Amino acid sequence: MDIIERLWANIYYLASVILFIIGFHTMLTHNNLLKKIMGMNIMDTSLFLFFVAIGYIRGGQAPILREGVVQYVNPVPSALILTGIVISVSFTAFALALVVLLHRQYGTIDADKIIALRSKRHA
Amino acid sequence: MRKAITVVILLGIGVLFMLMVAEMPLYGDPNAPAHQGIMQKYIADSARDTGAINTIAAIIIDYRAYDTLGEATVLFVAVVAVTAALYGGYEHA
Amino acid sequence: MHDMILEMLGRVLIPATQLFGAYILFHGHLSPGGGFSGGTIIGASFIFYSLVYRFTAKKHRLKHETSLLFEVGGALIYVGAGLVGILAGRHFLTNQGVFPIGEPGRLWSSGMILLVTLGIGAKVAGTVFKLFQELLEGGAEPDGHH
Repeated sequence: MDIIERLWANIYYLASVILFIIGFHTMLTHNNLLKKIMGMNIMDTSLFLFFVAIGYIRGGQAPILREGVVQYVNPVPSALILTGIVISVSFTAFALALVVLLHRQYGTIDADKIIALRSKRHA
Repeated sequence: MRKAITVVILLGIGVLFMLMVAEMPLYGDPNAPAHQGIMQKYIADSARDTGAINTIAAIIIDYRAYDTLGEATVLFVAVVAVTAALYGGYEHA
Repeated sequence: MHDMILEMLGRVLIPATQLFGAYILFHGHLSPGGGFSGGTIIGASFIFYSLVYRFTAKKHRLKHETSLLFEVGGALIYVGAGLVGILAGRHFLTNQGVFPIGEPGRLWSSGMILLVTLGIGAKVAGTVFKLFQELLEGGAEPDGHH
């Protein structure tokens, strides 16, 4: 069918969507807080793949100007993603600092146990 | 029970995203809307205006230098936030 | 606790890593790489040094002032390169009329790009190392001491 042909041609975007769904499932299903942070990181990586794959031109070389190259790859999406990678690192670092604070306060990093301890403490 | 509802909803979202991806311009198409306009100007002018042959370095440090300054500020704010979260609020000697 | 294997590995790996990171930083305008990846590689060499010598002689440890110096120095280089544009009569962060452009393809070319790449590299190296140190030492205890 036509949709299967177009999905097979856009296979990098399809891989980005599958990574996004995997990261989202990891974030929602596991109870451990560190696994939730890893799921968020996987979702960020899927978006980077999506953006950089938009910039590809068939038959193009890397955007370093040199002799004998007739077609270059689009450099603008790659330049935008550099900022995104730095923001992902900063967000992961702050989330890990909050996990250290939670462990110091409640003694565990299991999300369900923390909710139970909070409701028992403020009952 | 909660896991079954999660998997069903995520499969629905996944099918919706795949239908959206099938409508996008084909991978590697030179006539896609993302490649018209500013890309030709950056590739044609970057060696003469900036003297750098790495186009991406010329974009983020010469044509868009203010955005990279904002990104360096984000790095600094992350370090300040982690320090304030772990050491803040206590009276030190 | 003195680990012989880690120290022998460190003697070979740390200088090679820093040389590779300096190569990526200095060729930021000629080949793929630039400020962020070069700075991360040098920060990784600092982290490895701190992991090898963490439990041994106190004089080998990297203090907090080292990462502070790298980070603030990188930010000052960036903002200083921008203020040179204002002092020369143009707007903030100009490259073409103020810094020497040179010819494309040589090492000492492209004016502001080489200076700002070194500044960003130092800033990212300081940030990565400081985040590692903060998360490892765990912060203050609830009753107020470290």
